[in-house]
Amino acid sequence: MAEQRGLTGFRRENGAVGIRNHTIILPVDDLSNAAAEAVAAVVPGTLALPHAYGRLQFGPDLDLTFRTLIGTGCNPNVASVVVIGIEPNWTDKVADGIAKTGKKVRAFSIERHGDLRTIESAARAAAEFLRDDSEKRREAVQRHEVMLSIKCGESDTTSGLGSCPTTSEAVDRWVDAGGTVLFGETSELTGGEHLIAQRCVNDSVRARFQEIYDNYIEMIERTGANLLGSQPTQGNIRGGLSTIEEKAMGNIAKTGSKPVVGALDSAEAPASGPGLYFMDTSSAAAECVTLMAAAGAVIHLFPTGQGNVIGNPIEPVVKLSANPLTTETMSEHIDLDCSGLLRQEYDLTSAGDQLMEVIDRTINGRLTCAESLGHREFVLTRLYPSA
Amino acid sequence: MAQATGLPGYLAHHDGDLVAVAVRDLEPGPVEGGYLRGPENVTIELLEPVPLGHKLALTDIAEGQDVIEYGQRVGIATADIPKGGYVHVHNVRSARWQNSVA
Repeated sequence: MAEQRGLTGFRRENGAVGIRNHTIILPVDDLSNAAAEAVAAVVPGTLALPHAYGRLQFGPDLDLTFRTLIGTGCNPNVASVVVIGIEPNWTDKVADGIAKTGKKVRAFSIERHGDLRTIESAARAAAEFLRDDSEKRREAVQRHEVMLSIKCGESDTTSGLGSCPTTSEAVDRWVDAGGTVLFGETSELTGGEHLIAQRCVNDSVRARFQEIYDNYIEMIERTGANLLGSQPTQGNIRGGLSTIEEKAMGNIAKTGSKPVVGALDSAEAPASGPGLYFMDTSSAAAECVTLMAAAGAVIHLFPTGQGNVIGNPIEPVVKLSANPLTTETMSEHIDLDCSGLLRQEYDLTSAGDQLMEVIDRTINGRLTCAESLGHREFVLTRLYPSA
Repeated sequence: MAQATGLPGYLAHHDGDLVAVAVRDLEPGPVEGGYLRGPENVTIELLEPVPLGHKLALTDIAEGQDVIEYGQRVGIATADIPKGGYVHVHNVRSARWQNSVA
C-alpha cells in the first residue's frame, strides 16, 4: 500500500521543480487577449492565458497585477513565455520579471505594429520556444521540491467530514517530508481565525496574519452588507452549511496540524523556508488558485462538497469529494471519491493513502479531471476599481 | 426500513458536539450514527426529515445557546431545537456576522 513511488518533474533553470511543461502566451492587458489567443491558435500546443484587466490600475492593485502576471510566468510548470502587451513599457516590466528565473521570455507590443504583425512575430517566437520545450525531459525529483497549494470550494458538511480531513492527511505528510504548502481563503477563516493564530510559529508571523485578517473584516464591515448567500454561498447552504463559522471549521480541517511558518501577501512567493504558509486570498476558487500558482505552487488539492468544477491553466487541480451525490452525478470532475469515509468503510489514514497515490500520479504526468475537461480559469484579483 | 442498513445515518466530528451531519437522506424515526473519530455508534430518535449533508441535534439546544460542532462554536440557536430536530439557517445564525440573518 505504502509502496515507494518515484516522482518525476521538470527542473527549471533556477532549480525550481515543475510537474507540467507549458509554453505560455501571456497578455499583459485585456486589449492583448485577441493577439495572445491568435498566437496560441496558430501554434497549437502553446497556451494563451487571457484575462480581463491590466489597464489604468494603480497603487497596490497594480502591484498585485504585476506580481500575479510575473509570478504566473515564473511558475515552474511553465517552460517559456511569450508576453504580449499594448505598449512596450509594462510589457517589458512583466517580461523582465519573468526572465530573472533564467527561462526563455520574449516580449511583443502591439502599438506601432498592429495585431497582425505582432501575432506573426510572437508566433515565430512561440513556435521556436515550443520546439525547444518539447526536448525538456522529466527527471527524478523529491517531494519537498514540489510546492503544494490547497483550497476548497462549493463546500458542504461532507467537506468538513470527509474531503477536507483527507486533504489534511496529505498536507501533514507534505510538511513532514520537508515540503511547502500554501493555504488561504481569508474570509473563510471567520470564526476559526484564533485557531490559525495559535498555530503561527512566532509572534511576528502571528501579528502579520492578524493584520491581514483584521483588514479583511474591516473591509467587509465597511460595506454593511449581509453576507449570507455569499458567505456561506447559496450552494453551501443548499449543502447544509448554516454559518460562516461552520464553513470556516471545514476549511481549517484541511490545513492539517503543522505550525504556520509564514503569512503571505496575495501572490507572494514563500521565502522563509519550507512549511505551511497562509496567503491572503479571496475564497473565490479561480482567484485563489491563480494567486497560489503565481506564488509558485505546482499542484493544487481542491476538496469539494457540492461540486465546484474549477481548473487552472498552469497548476493542475486535483479534486476530491466525500459527497456521494456529487461523486455520482459529477464523476467526470472528481479525481478522488472519498465518500467511503461517510459510510465508515475506511479511515482517514486510508483515505490519505488513496489521495497520495492520486497526487503522485498527477505529479508524474497523469491529467487531472479539470485538465482533461479543459478547465483553465485564470482570474486576476482586484483590490479596487481602475482609475 | 431503509434506515436499518448497518451503514451510519449521521456522523459527528467530536465527542461533545451538539449537532451531527446526515450522511444520507434521513426520515423521522430511530437512526444509528457515530463519530468521525471517537466513541462508538449510538441510535437517536429523529423528529424531522434531514437531507444528506444537513444537520440534526444530538441534544436539546435552547434559543440563544451556542451550537457546538468540531468542538467549536459554529453559531447561535435562534429557536429552541429539540434532540433529533433539524438544524439549519431557520434556527441557527452566525455569532460573528450580526447581519447574517436569513
